[in-house]
Amino acid sequence: MSKQLTRRGVLKSGAVVGAGLTMPTIFTSSAAAYTNEPKGGTVTLGFNVPQSGPYADEGADELRAYKLAVEHLNGGGDAGMMKTFSSKALKGNGILGKKVKYVTGDTQTKSDAARASAKSMIEKDGAVMITGGSSSGVAIAVQGLCQEAGVIFMAGLTHSNDTTGKDKKANGFRHFFNGHMSAAALAPVLEKKYGKDRKAYHLTADYTWGWTQQASIAAATEAKGWKTVKNVLTPLATTDFSSYVAPVLNSGADILVLNHYGGNMINSLTSAVQFGLRDKEVNGKNFEIVVPLYSRLMARGAGKNVKGIFGSTNWHWSLSDAGSKAFVKSFGEKYGFPPSQAAHTCYVQTLLYADACERSGTFNPCGVGEALEGFKFDGLGNGPTEYRKEDHQCFKDVLVVKGKENPTSQFDVLEVVEVTPRAQVEYKPDHPMFKGGSLGKCNPGA
Amino acid sequence: MDAILLQILNGLDKGSAYALIALGLTLIFGTLGVVNFAHGALFMIGAFCVVTLQKILNLSTVAIDPTKVDFLGNPLKVKTPYIVNWFGEAAGSAIINWSVPLAILFAIPIMLLVGYVMERGLIKHFYKRPHADQILVTFGLAIVLQEIIKACYGANPIPTPAPEIFRGSFDFGVWIGMAENAVIYPYWRLVYFAFSALIIGLVFAFLQFTTFGMVVRAGMADRETVGLLGINIDKRFTIMFGIAAAVAGLAGVMYSPINSPNYHMGMDFLVLSFVVVVVGGMGSLPGAVLAGFTLGILESFASMNEVKGFFEAIYLPSIDQIIIYLVAIVILLVRPRGLMGRAGVMEE
Repeated sequence: MSKQLTRRGVLKSGAVVGAGLTMPTIFTSSAAAYTNEPKGGTVTLGFNVPQSGPYADEGADELRAYKLAVEHLNGGGDAGMMKTFSSKALKGNGILGKKVKYVTGDTQTKSDAARASAKSMIEKDGAVMITGGSSSGVAIAVQGLCQEAGVIFMAGLTHSNDTTGKDKKANGFRHFFNGHMSAAALAPVLEKKYGKDRKAYHLTADYTWGWTQQASIAAATEAKGWKTVKNVLTPLATTDFSSYVAPVLNSGADILVLNHYGGNMINSLTSAVQFGLRDKEVNGKNFEIVVPLYSRLMARGAGKNVKGIFGSTNWHWSLSDAGSKAFVKSFGEKYGFPPSQAAHTCYVQTLLYADACERSGTFNPCGVGEALEGFKFDGLGNGPTEYRKEDHQCFKDVLVVKGKENPTSQFDVLEVVEVTPRAQVEYKPDHPMFKGGSLGKCNPGA
Repeated sequence: MDAILLQILNGLDKGSAYALIALGLTLIFGTLGVVNFAHGALFMIGAFCVVTLQKILNLSTVAIDPTKVDFLGNPLKVKTPYIVNWFGEAAGSAIINWSVPLAILFAIPIMLLVGYVMERGLIKHFYKRPHADQILVTFGLAIVLQEIIKACYGANPIPTPAPEIFRGSFDFGVWIGMAENAVIYPYWRLVYFAFSALIIGLVFAFLQFTTFGMVVRAGMADRETVGLLGINIDKRFTIMFGIAAAVAGLAGVMYSPINSPNYHMGMDFLVLSFVVVVVGGMGSLPGAVLAGFTLGILESFASMNEVKGFFEAIYLPSIDQIIIYLVAIVILLVRPRGLMGRAGVMEE
């Protein structure tokens, strides 16, 4: 009791307490073995999807799929793909006996907003896993955050090579395919359809996904004899593409490659069609448009403009395997329309995470990561699939699709023209398009 | 040469949209003294009038076709629009095909009503409040309207095609003796430019050659004196708010085939339209139109590869995104009241 309360002492204590309070809780240690270790009878998952911005429609479908997955994991509904999944670890009693709860966040298709909502879900809501995406910029940003925070990130719709390339992380896993795989599947089909002597003009969304997809498509088509006339970067927020599309016909190109997705693709394709590109002949050939990454949602948004246009997709509801059929039935009966590829990958990622927890017997991200690395599975809609240990990228068959000429319904807008086998799209982990960066060590957080 | 001509043409239709929105903004500012940040939302509501009419025209009877199945394997539900049942295949399809021009008739009363409700219900309570309050409340209103549209229609753009006859493009270059494919221009953009010119002309004629317009112009110049003459200037200004809303709405209706309507399109145009108003000169109607077209063309030029390449070489990337603001800074430094601004407006 002899100690005096001094001004200096108060300031020092205040500084220490203040520093402690201001430090984010995800960086402070606790008694738990890992970040957000579930203690009660529930486990919380964080669904971080774009509910506004150019990819909002994909985000809405992703959220539907996540909700369906939670319902199935908790034993509700018809169990969907849990019946066809080759792993039989999931029992419909939640994950490791804990009922699954979820929280949602709006990424706004912006990296800073996505990180803020993911951080909030981890710190405030106690989410033990974050999943979502719809923009590679967002996915890479959130993947980095999850690595720092010590939670697993199950990437949703992200197609940039960088997600499992230079920006790969030990805590991050991607089921979706990537730009390089799209190019490897698409280039031979394009060569067969349009020939070797073609000149391509690229319009490219100006962020990581656009850059890497453009580089992959240009490399793959140039290897088939095509020339890349020009690549023009367009800001993600662009809505009127007329000034980018107008100079295309006069550039000597006879192919326009739209490295755009979601609302961007709908608007750029609409502009290209309005400018009559598809009705023209250049260099003695019909002018053609290619959309390397397609989705049913954006194909529907673009209306009749997509007819005959080639692209690639991760999955399509018309597939006839048991897993796809089960998922389409569950989703279709619940929501009244078939799921998109975004919905599929998000549903599958949730099941894969839950399954890895069951097989490893823990929610510890290091245990879950170990269970996912090198995991081979089937029955989830893409045929035999493997989560490669070296970069946490899933390898499976890729679909080449085309805008349907005579759709029979509003959902019947794409037709699968080729299922490209996994061997054709697989690459080595040190491929130049994926060089740099390293997975690093798994981080359990606390 | 052909690239320059192409970008001028492109800039004209972009400028048309800016000019129409800025014209309405200036009308509201000039008459009521309100800085209306919800004006972009009116443009967006206009575009969604097309979507709504399209949905109404496509309301359908549903019949089961047992010979076909849907994606779940159930018997296919075949929809036939009522309008096709009532008027026959040819006439019904033609009406649906012309839904964008028809939406002009649909949108006018809706926009007048929206404008009236907006002005009487909310904005009139802020006439005597500072401009900062007006900006906050109208910006909030814009967000509310945007979110309502998003909740009703979803977040993705909804295609609203122009009538079949106006789809596609024509070779403008060949018309003026240039090489084939040098200057291709879509028909509908030409229609949009002509429509904008017509609306702008009608608004000016209305203000210039009608007694109502004369009173409004007098009120814009000296509201107090006009009021002392026993004229209910407030009522006329409310009507002008409705007209400004209708102008923005019609701009949105006709713009819908160019860029498919989405809930965010109003915000995309709003900020640029305010720059147009400031550059044109606060309260100046001809200034708004002149600045709209000028900045639209400038923006179009800035997206040319050659121009972008030049600016990138001098460490100024993404010039197409900032050109309007750069030019606005220069114009306002040289002419602080804007291109055709009047003395005393927003200077007290």
